[in-house]
Amino acid sequence: MDPEAARLAVTDRTPRLPRDLHPGAWWLWALGLAATASATTNPVLLLTIAAVAGFAVACRRADHPWSRSFQLYLGLAALIVVVRVLARIVLGGGADYGHVLVDLPEVPLPGWVAGIRLFGPVTREYLLGGLYDGLRLATLVVCVGAANSLADPKRLLKSMPPALYEIGTAIVVSVSVMPQLAASVQRVRRARQLRGVSGSRIRRLRGLVVPVLEDALERSLALAAGMDARGYGRSGHLGRRERTVTGTLMLAGLVGICVGTYAMLDHTAPRWLATPMLLVGCAVAVAGFVAAGARVRRTRYRPDHWRLPELVVAASGLAGAVLTYTVLADDVRVLHPAVDAPPVVTLTALVAVLLGAVAAVAAPPPRLASAERVPERAVVR
Amino acid sequence: MIELRGVTVAYDEQPVLRDVDLTVAEAELVLVAGRTGVGKSTLLGVLNGLVPAFTGGRLTGDVLFDGRSVVHLPPRDRVETVGYVGQDPSAGFVSDTVEEELAYGMEQLGLPPATMRRRVEETLDLLGIADLRRRNLRTLSGGEQQRVAIGSVLTMHPRALVLDEPTSALDPTAAEEVLATLARLVQDVGVAVVVAEHRLERVVPFADTMVLVTGHEGRVESGDPVELLRTSPVAPPIVELGRAAGWDPLPLTVREARRRARELAVRLDAPDPVADTSASAALRAHGVGVTHGHRVALRDVDVTLAAGSVTALMGRNGAGKSTLLWALQGSGRRDSGRVDVAGADPADLSAEQRRRRVGLVPQTPADLLYLDTVAQECATADRESGAADGAARALLDRLAPGVAAAAHPRDLSEGQRLALVLALVLVARPSVLLLDEPTRGLDYPGKVALGQILSGLATDGTAVLLATHDVEFVAAVAQRIIVLAEGEVVSRGAAATVLGETPAFAPQVQKVLGPGWLTVDQVVRALAAVPAGETLP
Repeated sequence: MDPEAARLAVTDRTPRLPRDLHPGAWWLWALGLAATASATTNPVLLLTIAAVAGFAVACRRADHPWSRSFQLYLGLAALIVVVRVLARIVLGGGADYGHVLVDLPEVPLPGWVAGIRLFGPVTREYLLGGLYDGLRLATLVVCVGAANSLADPKRLLKSMPPALYEIGTAIVVSVSVMPQLAASVQRVRRARQLRGVSGSRIRRLRGLVVPVLEDALERSLALAAGMDARGYGRSGHLGRRERTVTGTLMLAGLVGICVGTYAMLDHTAPRWLATPMLLVGCAVAVAGFVAAGARVRRTRYRPDHWRLPELVVAASGLAGAVLTYTVLADDVRVLHPAVDAPPVVTLTALVAVLLGAVAAVAAPPPRLASAERVPERAVVR
Repeated sequence: MIELRGVTVAYDEQPVLRDVDLTVAEAELVLVAGRTGVGKSTLLGVLNGLVPAFTGGRLTGDVLFDGRSVVHLPPRDRVETVGYVGQDPSAGFVSDTVEEELAYGMEQLGLPPATMRRRVEETLDLLGIADLRRRNLRTLSGGEQQRVAIGSVLTMHPRALVLDEPTSALDPTAAEEVLATLARLVQDVGVAVVVAEHRLERVVPFADTMVLVTGHEGRVESGDPVELLRTSPVAPPIVELGRAAGWDPLPLTVREARRRARELAVRLDAPDPVADTSASAALRAHGVGVTHGHRVALRDVDVTLAAGSVTALMGRNGAGKSTLLWALQGSGRRDSGRVDVAGADPADLSAEQRRRRVGLVPQTPADLLYLDTVAQECATADRESGAADGAARALLDRLAPGVAAAAHPRDLSEGQRLALVLALVLVARPSVLLLDEPTRGLDYPGKVALGQILSGLATDGTAVLLATHDVEFVAAVAQRIIVLAEGEVVSRGAAATVLGETPAFAPQVQKVLGPGWLTVDQVVRALAAVPAGETLP
């Protein structure tokens, strides 16, 4: 895009047409929310974050099959909270202080399981601790679920850098092959009983496994032939020197990352080997990726563009996290409230978690599959 | 444009193609015909490079595109010249929506996004699939999938299109659609089309050139379809009719044949009505209903199969034919209705007892095979069914003589493999035999052999029900027909009546000679009955 067109695109004031937001924007936004959530156990803040995520999903969700997955994640989140609280009741009322709510009889356990209690008095503080903890994990799940139902996971794979294209294709293909394999197993099982079943277990298993494997093998050969016949793997013509440079960069980067990670974990290693080495390794690996990507002569059909709304959405999620980790970091009273008093919330904290809601307004309305059924010929021109 | 010069392909020193010289010109429709397994697919693979890159073997000779040798280029570097569409389109799909699938090849070529966008729209309109653009590929019907597969190579603007049996899995209407699309591409776009096809009756009317792979030491003949079809071992019914009536030149379209047939019709009396044998019912099903989730796959289907008769089950892809076969066999799902075979409902019986009443050959017969040799498969089948030693082998020898005992089941031809599976199913001596799409991949002689097998079984008292799209095969073997649409029976009755009522199902001989005439054999017999003096014009 030339600068003039870019300026026009940014300052465009016309009513927003429905379009799919870049999936990366939703994921960055969700990661920001999740980072905020993981920094606190304050139930008010956590519930607000979950509500913000739910609000964005309600406003900007399309009607694709994966969009409906949010309910599943909500269910999972609820289950996590319930299990966390139940676990606290079952595994010993735990704390011997605080207000006893119910005094369950403790089940005596043999001596070798020392340290574990079964039932016993249940205190309010101990329960609340479990609830807060469960809420934090549940909120993380809700954030991931929001990203999943707002952005098509397959489109995200396609937005990967060119150097990772092959990996992306492999994942997409394997995801779509799994249902086929299941169908194949079902078909062969059904066919098996058309000719009697006899002999040992192994023999019966063989009757199932051999046809399924032969089927899968034939299928993958057909797919490989089909992909080749459609131009997959046209590498272009790469000089010997370029190959050497790319390979060296990648290898050096990987070695750097390995050494850096080791030094980070092993505190006896010299410090200059830790963070600096890790950073240098990452930089070299990125350079390798860029070099590998530069030679790929492949284009994308209707790529997702990164425009102003994408920027705002990603920023609204990440800004909350930045606020939480910088301004609020020392405010233990707000981030990790004590269990013997009602949780308190400051204005800054509330702003930090509510910032995420901006995304719901900033993002353009999604393209609905049900709205696209009208004849499209007129729209095409 | 495309030229093969002295191409020889050999697997293990066994030549499949020998010294093939072939030229494909622009805007030409080339039909590749021949018996199963003679090397039609190999010839197509040579054009786009899948042979020998994917199949192994040794290729000598030269392949030229516009005078430039491409014999050493892999398939991926030939995509701008040759587009390839395989037999099963769903096996080659890479993405999951129609639009992405059309764009995939262009992404690999690195075309600019604006060009891609334009070509996708053009192709959607050219193939008439614009309203499918956002649909998931797995939810499309067979004909739609095949058209998307054709579109996905067309977007790369190849100058020739190579298709390996593009209509083998399609019902007659969907096959017509695909072939009409191909004819349109040749006419309007000027693409050369090379197509291999078993059911010649579908393609011969459109073909400019015919390439006959004889299978005789790998020789290939090419030329005008009219000339080649005189002696070809594979020929559509219309040509068989022309041969029987002694017409010269041979008619290739129904229209031509109809004009010639006027004088033939004068010589022929009205066909004998087929006697409807009212034998006892071997299988009686009443009110069969099957649902998959919320979708009703079958609703209130009644079926009666008379002992010693062959019944055909027809209908669109997805009309519920397979579902009905499995429901009748007893191992498939059935939500309502009852089935009665010799006084018992097969669904209530054990799998073992069920097999002794109702045998079923599924759509992919190879699912039943899992051992290393034909001999092992037969011996195991004898044991499994408690039959005498050698019973399955004896059946196999009756169905398809000369199958080597040491051969691997996967190495057999389609027809031999079908016969083997049929033998394994029949060794349990079922009184009812169900077959799902048995003619897939069989050539004309193969179908004649299968027809004889089925008629023989019927003569022995077995009731046969076969689901199929193959109108000509139905006309040759079936006495009765049941037509399904959306899970309901829409028509049933004697074969001649039902085929006569439905234009889409009319066999070629009937289109030429009018209702009542179904097969060439029928005409040949009628001609023989006419006194000799009058036969010769």
